[in-house]
Amino acid sequence: MATTTSMEMPQDEKVWGGGNQPMGASYGKLMMWFFLISDALTFSGFLTAYGLMRFKYETTWPIAERVFTHFPGLEGDQPLLYVALMTFILIMSSVTMVLAVHEGKNNRKIRVGLWMLATIVGGLIFLGSQAWEWYHFIIGDKGGIELATTEIVRPADADGNFLTLSELVHGEAGGHGHHEHFTIKQVQDAFAHGDYTLRFPGKDKEYGVMNPDNLIAHDEAVELLASADVVQGANMTRNEYGHKQFANFFFFITGFHGFHVFSGVVLNFIIFYNVMLGTYQRRGHYEMVEKVGLYWHFVDLVWVFVFTFFYLV
Amino acid sequence: MSDNHAHGGTRRLWMVFFILLVVTTVEVALGIIKPEILMGSPGGFTSWLNYIFILLTLFKAYYIVETFMHLEGERKSLRLAIYLPVLILIPYLTFILLVEGSALFAS
Repeated sequence: MATTTSMEMPQDEKVWGGGNQPMGASYGKLMMWFFLISDALTFSGFLTAYGLMRFKYETTWPIAERVFTHFPGLEGDQPLLYVALMTFILIMSSVTMVLAVHEGKNNRKIRVGLWMLATIVGGLIFLGSQAWEWYHFIIGDKGGIELATTEIVRPADADGNFLTLSELVHGEAGGHGHHEHFTIKQVQDAFAHGDYTLRFPGKDKEYGVMNPDNLIAHDEAVELLASADVVQGANMTRNEYGHKQFANFFFFITGFHGFHVFSGVVLNFIIFYNVMLGTYQRRGHYEMVEKVGLYWHFVDLVWVFVFTFFYLV
Repeated sequence: MSDNHAHGGTRRLWMVFFILLVVTTVEVALGIIKPEILMGSPGGFTSWLNYIFILLTLFKAYYIVETFMHLEGERKSLRLAIYLPVLILIPYLTFILLVEGSALFAS
């Protein structure tokens, strides 16, 4: 813990008397910190609101690992891998940012510029990854069924194992079917010829033991299907994964975070440009890099929490 | 300008990066495997696994704030001004909303 500071003012009652920096940080840095605190409270408001809704709609709230299962170039379900990669990219760009700050202390212009460039590239890759994830979230994958009560259920076999619409209509080998649009008629036909059930997407009461309340038996399912509809993909009013609030929170929280990343990339670029112009070399210090670095690390910090509370828990 | 940066070089930064990497890998591995021994829920609120996730997240957040954002080198008054509002308000809000959510579910 480095508590030694080189402030000229002695630590006495004159510290708060004006004309110095009582907290040992410049005005700009202090204001960045206070902005980040308010931003942290904003994000905590979103994430706790997500928690409230998730607790409230426990039976129809989708489980994230059954939703985000794609990985570029890999077939089949790959839960968590892609967001893990995104997390890795953001942590990596946080390291390059802190290295830029570090080189700024040593007044090495070119090195600061190079590390900042690496940070910008990392931010852009993250934004691209997020766009990819949004794309797959929006076009959907497995398909769901909206009952007349607007509740979302998914087809399942007699034992309650989830089936995709493609598997239901084309048989077990059907796999993923996000390139095909299914009709409720096809679903009704499949139910007429096989012993299928409907199941709510919510979590199990106990791990590995399906909550029997979550399963709708075949006969009742056929009745409900008479006035149901097929849902594929996600938008603000309905999504195939479960409760509609889930998609709304997904768009809002990751969208708001993505907007922060985008702003961060823009700010980083402006600072990078100034670094290369030599603005801070002439000024004698690289505190602007430090300030924008604080913002960038905060964006990474928020993602660590989004990763846990949206994808893991 | 504050020049209270630890001039120890970049070794420590890379070490923190390595810690964050390992912790994230552990989280993902636990999330994929979901070891059955951790799925019980003490007190009926949430599972051991989720408590582990939350602890690991706070662990990562601590390293990001202290090392990357370099709060470890700041004065105590600044550290408290940053930590206290966040550490008091956010757990409070979380507690209220999650209790409320459970109550709404039960009703």
